[in-house]
Amino acid sequence: MAELEAGTTTERQRVRPLSPHLQIYRPMLTMTMSIVHRITGAALYFGMLLLAWWLIAAAAGPNAYANVEWFMGSLIGQLVLFGYTWALLHHMLGGIRHLIWDTIHGFEPAERELLTLATLIGSIALTLILWVVGYLVMGGPR
Amino acid sequence: MRTPMRRVRGLGTARSGTIHFWHQRVTSVAGIPLTIGLLLIITALLGRSHAAVVQILGSPIVAIIMLLFIINTAYHMWIGMQEIILDYVHEEGWKLLSLMANTFFVFAVSLASVYAILKLSFGV
Repeated sequence: MAELEAGTTTERQRVRPLSPHLQIYRPMLTMTMSIVHRITGAALYFGMLLLAWWLIAAAAGPNAYANVEWFMGSLIGQLVLFGYTWALLHHMLGGIRHLIWDTIHGFEPAERELLTLATLIGSIALTLILWVVGYLVMGGPR
Repeated sequence: MRTPMRRVRGLGTARSGTIHFWHQRVTSVAGIPLTIGLLLIITALLGRSHAAVVQILGSPIVAIIMLLFIINTAYHMWIGMQEIILDYVHEEGWKLLSLMANTFFVFAVSLASVYAILKLSFGV
């Protein structure tokens, strides 16, 4: 609107107060999880390459698929997949939290802390459960 | 002269307005069941032979869930990365380049994945 108002030059040049940036605030759980939501989103973005590699290898044939299996089974591969599982679940639960907030619910101090903590604990718990189930499936009859 | 209408038509730094905000919500809601589906499918495929994986991934229900996941995620991650770029990349040239790279990356990764699933489904 400033462009519309025919203010004087001095008025336009007046130094206006700026909002303080992130580093001035005390770190809070909700703020940290907001940042983590973005970081996990960015990680999952590039993680889609893994899914694409797996699918293309499956379509390409047994040799290509054996390469993927070798990598995914290696220590580094397992670490990446474990991190990927957590990032996916955390981003999903964080997304659900944001959808709840979109409905203007859960904004009281205790509520938002609880919701945020629930996404963190939930994502870690679900990741562990999924991996335990995964190893049990792997160990089962095939 | 710049008027308020100019600002409205300017539609923000990406020149596309608030529709992406809404589409990000739509794709996030769709993403919940699709992500659960993807995780179930992958868990069911753990440790299976290539032949079994090909057969299961190519079966109609599994292939449809995978395709929906990939298409939905492609749009969701395209919007998300665009938002990140617009927040941090302010120089006009770099901004345009990274927005373009975002589009190229999303199209390449998702179309390659879609192609792979279709190939598994139709078995050519």
